[in-house]
Amino acid sequence: MNFFSVGFKTLFYKEILRFWKVATQTIAAPIVTSMLYLLIFGHVLEGRVQMLEGVDYTAFLIPGLVMMSVLQNAFANSSSSLIQSKITGNLVFILLPPLSHWEILSAYVTASIVRGLSVGLGVFVITAWFAHLSFTFPLWIIVFALLGAAILGAMGVIAGIWAEKFDQLAAFQNFLIMPATFLAGVFYSIRKLPPFWLAVSHFNPFFYMIDGFRYGFFGKSDVSPWTSLAIVAVFFVVLAGVAINMLRRGYKLRH
Amino acid sequence: MTAIQIDSVEKSYKGFKALKGVSLTIEQGEFFGLLGPNGAGKTTLISCIAGLIRPDVGSVRIHGHDVVKDFRAARMALGVVPQELVFDPFFTVRETLRLQSGYFGLKNNDKWIDEVMENLDLTAKADVNMRALSGGMKRRVLVAQALVHKPPVIVLDEPTAGVDVELRQTLWKFISRLNKEGHTVVLTTHYLEEAQAMCQRVAMLKTGNVVALDSMSQLLRRVSGSSLIVHLKSGALPEGLRSLVAHDEADAHDDASKPNGHGNKYTLRVNEYGEVEHILARLRESGAQIDEMQLQQADLEDIFIQIMEGESQAGVAIR
Repeated sequence: MNFFSVGFKTLFYKEILRFWKVATQTIAAPIVTSMLYLLIFGHVLEGRVQMLEGVDYTAFLIPGLVMMSVLQNAFANSSSSLIQSKITGNLVFILLPPLSHWEILSAYVTASIVRGLSVGLGVFVITAWFAHLSFTFPLWIIVFALLGAAILGAMGVIAGIWAEKFDQLAAFQNFLIMPATFLAGVFYSIRKLPPFWLAVSHFNPFFYMIDGFRYGFFGKSDVSPWTSLAIVAVFFVVLAGVAINMLRRGYKLRH
Repeated sequence: MTAIQIDSVEKSYKGFKALKGVSLTIEQGEFFGLLGPNGAGKTTLISCIAGLIRPDVGSVRIHGHDVVKDFRAARMALGVVPQELVFDPFFTVRETLRLQSGYFGLKNNDKWIDEVMENLDLTAKADVNMRALSGGMKRRVLVAQALVHKPPVIVLDEPTAGVDVELRQTLWKFISRLNKEGHTVVLTTHYLEEAQAMCQRVAMLKTGNVVALDSMSQLLRRVSGSSLIVHLKSGALPEGLRSLVAHDEADAHDDASKPNGHGNKYTLRVNEYGEVEHILARLRESGAQIDEMQLQQADLEDIFIQIMEGESQAGVAIR
């Protein structure tokens, strides 16, 4: 694969341009939503609960909200682009040219990373004013943000290819992505859960993304960041493998 | 050089066989017509050529490159105008064409993009969003998108469906120019007069089979369907010529030898031009005097109808 081929760069640019042209919907709206989460949960729970020792609840919440925004928007970017193109029929413009499966996947995933990180950065810039945040291990922050966005970008490609109608994609988003993100420790530490749900949370890959990301800020986490990195990396390879296989086979794309 | 080689292509959808072993060879530089009624398999075949559909059996090659195994080279050589009026609502015309260029690996292609837009009368709309264009204009952009990488093989799937005369003229002028410059053009259309005017060779598909394949001139010559229209000043149609009167007209005449509402006008079916001499001789012998006479050659529509109705399959060569 020529990662910097003109085909890849063009598709990547098109995907960036697509969400940038509707930035109010794709960037500003999710930032406002996260801001509301912070105001409500921060206001209600600040001073009442402590998730990590020595860390205020609002400060604990902010990395969780940032990562949740990164993940949800990375997923939304690739999945909505593909389903819209499939339903309106303009996906043919991607299928007719000599773009390889790798070029298509990498363009959609990298554009999803850009959208996810743009929203995440926006959420961070707006919410950081409300708490004192440290950056203990900035490299972990970057690594988990990038990997988390890439995973959800690849997942969005899978969902976008699989779904034939908008409601199927909405089901994917509402019954899989949303619960998995919310139950991954965005608003709480899984250590506070009863033993059964604590054990269940360890099977949720989203938990490792958020826990590893939060470790970069506070130097404290529920599991070792190396464990989280290994699990997240394997998850990415598996999802990218599934997505590339779907594209290679032309699953629901080339009949 | 062979532009498109289609070998024994079969394709089924949930038990329905859309293509039943289609084989075709289209040479470089040809203007080739792919005709057939709705559901004949034209779009399925074009989708196989474009790599949008994978055949169950058989293979398709563009300039010698297999569309599945060597898809990059095959798609570089191919420009397809899809039948559906699809567009990306996020972009302007120029952005759409630049993006399409980029997908084909072309940077800095603005000179050719400008030329394509100029030839398709799109220049004034270059910076207009696709959503704001009329159907005809969107169709022009689809054609432009197929041409951005100067493909040697151009496939047009119903390019003039529902568009005005102006676009048709603009489009055919530009496509003819490209064909004269050596581009192969494959056209599907329901406007048979367009196919007759443009195509050098034609394949007709019916229920997934090629039922006719010949040059346009051979096709027009081989199929019986030319008519000799004679208007008699005096006399009647001789007995021996009654069987040549066209069916619909014969029904109108109570008696072919005693003209009624049609007056003395008869439309006689002619299989070969040599038969005209024989008809004239018989009229002369019978003492009938000809007032007016016109030889009307069968057009593609007549031939299409005959073939699709299965009247003259035996008489049509698949060459």
